[in-house]
Amino acid sequence: MTGKRRALLALEDGTVFSGISCGVPGETTGEAVFNTSLTGYQEVFTDPSYAGQIVTMTMPHIGNYGVNGADMESRGVFAAGFVVRELSSMASNWRAEETLREFFVRHAVVAIEGVDTRRLTRHIREQGAMRAVLSTEDLDPASLVAKAQAAPGLVGRDLVAEVAVKEHYTWGAEMPSDCDLPVDTGVLSVSPHYRVVAYDSGVKYNILRRLAEHDCEVIVVPPTTSAEEALALEPDGIFLANGPGDPAAVDYLYRTLRELLGVKPVFGICLGHQMLSLALGAVTYKLKYGHRGGNQPVKNLLTGRVEITSQNHGFCVDFASIGPLVPELCGELTLDPTDLGAWVRAGVAPVVRSERFGPVQLTHVNLNDMTVEGVRPLEIPAFSVQYHPEAAPGPHDARYLFGAFTRLMDGCEDIFGDIFGKG
Amino acid sequence: MPRRDDIKKILLIGSGPIIIGQACEFDYSGAQACKVLREDGYEVVLVNSNPATIMTDPEFAHRTYVEPVTPSFVEKVIAVERPDALLPTLGGQTGLNVAVALAESGVLARYGVELIGATLEVIKKGEDRKLFAEAMARIGLDTPEGGYAYSIADAEELVGTVGFPTVIRPSFTMGGAGGGIAYNVEELREIVTSGLALSPVGEVLIEESVIGWKEYEMEVMRDRNDNAVIVCSIENFDAMGVHTGDSITVAPAQTLSDREYQVMRDASLAIMREIGVETGGSNVQFAVNPRDGSLAVIEMNPRVSRSSALASKATGFPIAKIAAKLAVGYTLDEIPNDITHMTPACFEPSIDYTVVKVPRWAFEKFPGTDTTLTTRMKSVGEVMAIGRTFKEAFGKAMRSLENGRAGLGADGKDVFDEDRFDHMLAVPNEQRPFYIAEALRRGRAIEELHELTHVDPWFLDQIRQMVDGERAVSGTGLAAMDAEDMREAKRMGLSDIQIAHLTGTVEAEVRTTRLGLGVRATFKSVDTCAAEFAATTPYYYKTYEDEDEVAPSDRPKAMILGAGPNRIGQGIEFDYCCVHAAYALSDMGYETIMVNCNPETVSTDYDTSDRLYFEPLTFEDVMDIVEAEKPAGVLVTFGGQTPLKLAHALEQAGVPILGTKPEAIDLAEDRKRFSGVLDRLGIAYPAAGTAYTIDEAVEVANRIGYPLLVRPSYVLGGRGMVIAYGEEYMRRYVEQAASVSPDHPVLLDRFLEGAIEVDVDAVCDGESVYIGGVMEHIEEAGIHSGDSACCVPPFSLGADTIEHIKSHARALALELGVEGLMNVQFAVKDEHVYVLEVNPRASRTVPFVSKATGVPLAKVAARVMGGEKLAEMNLPDEDRDLGRFCVKEAVMPFGRFPGTDSTLGPEMKSTGEVMGVAPDFPAAYAKSQLAIDYSLPGEGTAFISVCDRDKRSIVPVARHLVQLGFRIMSTKGTARLLRASGIAVEEVAKVHEGRPNIVDAIKNGDVQLVINTPFGRETRSDGYHIRTAAVQHGISNITTLAAAQASALAIEAMKDGRLEVIALQDFGGDV
Repeated sequence: MTGKRRALLALEDGTVFSGISCGVPGETTGEAVFNTSLTGYQEVFTDPSYAGQIVTMTMPHIGNYGVNGADMESRGVFAAGFVVRELSSMASNWRAEETLREFFVRHAVVAIEGVDTRRLTRHIREQGAMRAVLSTEDLDPASLVAKAQAAPGLVGRDLVAEVAVKEHYTWGAEMPSDCDLPVDTGVLSVSPHYRVVAYDSGVKYNILRRLAEHDCEVIVVPPTTSAEEALALEPDGIFLANGPGDPAAVDYLYRTLRELLGVKPVFGICLGHQMLSLALGAVTYKLKYGHRGGNQPVKNLLTGRVEITSQNHGFCVDFASIGPLVPELCGELTLDPTDLGAWVRAGVAPVVRSERFGPVQLTHVNLNDMTVEGVRPLEIPAFSVQYHPEAAPGPHDARYLFGAFTRLMDGCEDIFGDIFGKG
Repeated sequence: MPRRDDIKKILLIGSGPIIIGQACEFDYSGAQACKVLREDGYEVVLVNSNPATIMTDPEFAHRTYVEPVTPSFVEKVIAVERPDALLPTLGGQTGLNVAVALAESGVLARYGVELIGATLEVIKKGEDRKLFAEAMARIGLDTPEGGYAYSIADAEELVGTVGFPTVIRPSFTMGGAGGGIAYNVEELREIVTSGLALSPVGEVLIEESVIGWKEYEMEVMRDRNDNAVIVCSIENFDAMGVHTGDSITVAPAQTLSDREYQVMRDASLAIMREIGVETGGSNVQFAVNPRDGSLAVIEMNPRVSRSSALASKATGFPIAKIAAKLAVGYTLDEIPNDITHMTPACFEPSIDYTVVKVPRWAFEKFPGTDTTLTTRMKSVGEVMAIGRTFKEAFGKAMRSLENGRAGLGADGKDVFDEDRFDHMLAVPNEQRPFYIAEALRRGRAIEELHELTHVDPWFLDQIRQMVDGERAVSGTGLAAMDAEDMREAKRMGLSDIQIAHLTGTVEAEVRTTRLGLGVRATFKSVDTCAAEFAATTPYYYKTYEDEDEVAPSDRPKAMILGAGPNRIGQGIEFDYCCVHAAYALSDMGYETIMVNCNPETVSTDYDTSDRLYFEPLTFEDVMDIVEAEKPAGVLVTFGGQTPLKLAHALEQAGVPILGTKPEAIDLAEDRKRFSGVLDRLGIAYPAAGTAYTIDEAVEVANRIGYPLLVRPSYVLGGRGMVIAYGEEYMRRYVEQAASVSPDHPVLLDRFLEGAIEVDVDAVCDGESVYIGGVMEHIEEAGIHSGDSACCVPPFSLGADTIEHIKSHARALALELGVEGLMNVQFAVKDEHVYVLEVNPRASRTVPFVSKATGVPLAKVAARVMGGEKLAEMNLPDEDRDLGRFCVKEAVMPFGRFPGTDSTLGPEMKSTGEVMGVAPDFPAAYAKSQLAIDYSLPGEGTAFISVCDRDKRSIVPVARHLVQLGFRIMSTKGTARLLRASGIAVEEVAKVHEGRPNIVDAIKNGDVQLVINTPFGRETRSDGYHIRTAAVQHGISNITTLAAAQASALAIEAMKDGRLEVIALQDFGGDV
């Protein structure tokens, strides 16, 4: 162990984990969360939704296949820090361009290895996500715990501004200036059929790649873009991206969205789903420790099929808060709209009435904890999912949703039913 | 979708005896399936010829048929039971092939039986290599280039396109049987010949070699609503070219980026859908080019497999159980996750540890065979180890193998062939991991080793770290190690024994120092979800971390030590006993703790015991668990030699041993002390002696007289044991094979030639003895008891003899102080009863005897150890008429080891066993023969060639065969004798007499039955060639007179149509 720099991770409840620094020296604060994906650490580390968080991977071996430019999910690293059990000393894969250690140094990331990450994960599971400090400089546990307690939490915090682009750009054609890597844009259409305005609240590149692959010209705009500005770009549809922080704090975005709903077809992912739900009148709440991983089972209540999904969210939508149940649109079933498990067992997608936008259907439910994973207003062209159909990392089961979006822009009624699984 | 109500009765087919490529993983999967289908209210009918399985315990199915797993016997069961459905996917390749045969011959349609789990079309598309390649092309997936050969000529033509080396894969075979890698035309012809013969459809694939590509497996499940999940990804340490059953494998996959992994996942799901597997589990194998990531599909198995058992143990996701539920109509989202209870089974397990499987070979049993690892599986068992990192898991796996090693070398037992060092790296072989470690110790570069071995650099780098860890330990020395050094050493996967070797101390000192430094093992849970949800099932592995998860409990705990990897001499039978012990002690109110490292077994199912520790059975690992759990008692006599050899050390460490004490074990194993016991009891035994030098051996031999049974002093399964008929042979053996020395004495026993061997399994509670069964062997003494057929009840012994045997057994049990199971081997010669040996522990025959008599002996023994008395148990009368004969027959793996002699002797070679049940002995024997691979011929030519000793006794056998319609063929000597007795004989030349000779006749299919009894130990002679040819052509090959007599009777029983099927549940009254 000699010659190695020690590092400590302290949680606000006083729990301290010891390990070895495997990034740059420094100190960082954030909310401690865990991700259970077995592959795709690079995509996780470059996902802007992790801004303000210190991420631990439950997979003990991290870095085995190195890092490469094509797997970047944004222009850099936004998470506050990383905690791993063992960082690979080498990169073994034909696609590898550098080791993860080199990548951490290049991106000035504070990271720690040698930690009992399972203990940390169990602790977060039992106690909930909490504020933490990761340091290679201050190795006094008491001092670190005090810093963790003084750190800001995520509730009420808007982190979107920190990660979003400042000026709009067209994916593939004119990339933003602060994007120094050669970005893998995916397959671009020469003469795209659809034009989509994508509100960037921390969008993952793979969403843009998937949209482009589905024949969309994607204009990425800052989250503060007004409805008029967006409509001036003459889009066929509006896309709302994933992003970090507390969705309720991003009120300007869902207020803008209210002006667009019913005007243009809308598709939202993750934070975008929360934006749509908030626009429809829902409230959001913080989950105890969130959903982060690539193995979350989600049931599509319209097809009855289960998708294995990629997820990364700490906040969640309360479906019943959108409005009262509409039994005539639920096969006259009058189950409790807050008990989503009951609806799953009944095989019926419940519908509630939004005061402003009319009936809203629950389309997707997480089978692990029976929380909301997708909604769809029935009278205006929009839908959204809490999980990540673009995967990266994770399974491709939900890719069909990008096809559903193009069908929505085509004016189709049945956007999910007959195309499931062919996306 | 709820369960199907239109089916009520389901037939399950087991996989039959343990053979290479098909081991007890199918008992694990079948037992799970029986259990869940029963719980769901279905009536379960089971056919499996293997008595040592848990699934054939009468309480697992409603109707249990221990009958041959062949189309004709299964058809008989169908005719009697009239099931609504047949579930063919849980009985390995054997079960699947029988189901296909029954479907194709119209039997299933005739009786209205529906195939569930996989339809005929699915099975054929998955298993027929040509249909499979076409299906892959339709969904745009690559398969290695190749074509299908139905003859040698086809193969030679195809190889012109694909080039050498080429991989030969027969359709519809298992474990790569009949396949291989050919580097030249000669090898091609040889492998294609055997492949065509072994493929039931006479088809082999001649395939472009992707040797050196990375190999992966995906375990996939799909339900009838098209929900599909990947349960586990497995990466092979050994690159393409080594059968996955012979490869070291790692879960989860380690060197794939998410993009590559998802491509493989998409391909796996597309394959499930294209092949049409609607319900259940499948295994898909891929090859990945390490240079550019290109992907090729190698094969898929539309059934539960060895890998799915491994994946179940590796993740906690019970594939077989869920496959059975899917087959009856449930969907994945309706089935709860067994371990979390809160979440559904419709998800993909995430694991936060590393799993390594290492195969266990037994080449030492098959001298003369090629030990190179190829596409033909040769291992007889495997171990699995779990650690947080690959290093921890690999180190554990390497000390779990029960081969005397304490890890990946650095244990004082490293021996390297310097002249062939690089050859041992380049050519896959059993020793290769040790050579890799040594090469890294010698400072050779990872890149160079990767070029030589094709092992991924990441794995090599992990081993480099392990080796660096060794260097750090030896550099520091035990005394100077601080807590952090010690913890780091343990995290590198080093065992206490390795640390002791590296620091020049002993294991006990390392343990004391380690605990003194406060470096204690911690235990973590296997929970399917990487700690995302709370787990309720205590399934643990050991690691060195901060937090320990062992849940406290205040019930008294009983800890059962398992049997480790399957190997020849120690297989499923001991696992069966451990499982029964767990059941019985649980019934008595104990909290049961199982410790084992064999992923194929029922004992390592988290459902079997209250707590499962997936750990090596070494002193260090067991003691760490003892310290964590503080059991009231440890059971060491159920898992064979593996736990028994720990008994002394555990007792000395103050661990309470339940049942027979180590002292009693010692008394039975120490030959001098044991002779004293026998003398005291007035029981006869063959004259014997121990020799520490050659001269002593000669002296003892002269005193006792020849023939002699000679063996090293510490053996399992008759390892290295021979019969010496003269001094020259004895000298050579003692000098070379046994390498006698003061540390390694040899034992010499008078060999009772021509004696009848008898086994007894009994339970003693210290006050009384219950004789579970008396087994009369069919082969005479001299054949290892594990390899010989035997019958319960005895079919030829007189009542007086049986009484003598029983009273000797009783006296011995009480005198030795046995508390629990005991096995005694007797030899009966000229009405005299001799004791050969006593083993005060569970024996290989316990499951067979239990099944034959209906008395679960292992459970009875466990209850005794738990404090109950036999008198309280209401056991049935020992002497009752069973109303049936049960014959156990051993199954030999010679077909897998071309070049080795197939003669039976005192060294055990069988991998498994079958049981035949019938109202009379001949019919039971016939069934036992039909249940193994070789079928009994009903007509044709019987070749008879016997040694002088057997010449007189063979005449009635030959006459019997003639009466049954056989023609007789013999070599000169035997022919003369038979003619003299008035039997018509066709004479055939011996091998050395020129051609055509007997081997030509066998190869030409002119011989249907071979009776060839060897004398002494000849190898490269006629007998060897005849037996080898018979094995290769699947002809019944009888090597003892007694078996010849029994076979003639069996053929008669078969021809008379006396082989009716009988369910165990119909033997009323004796359980």
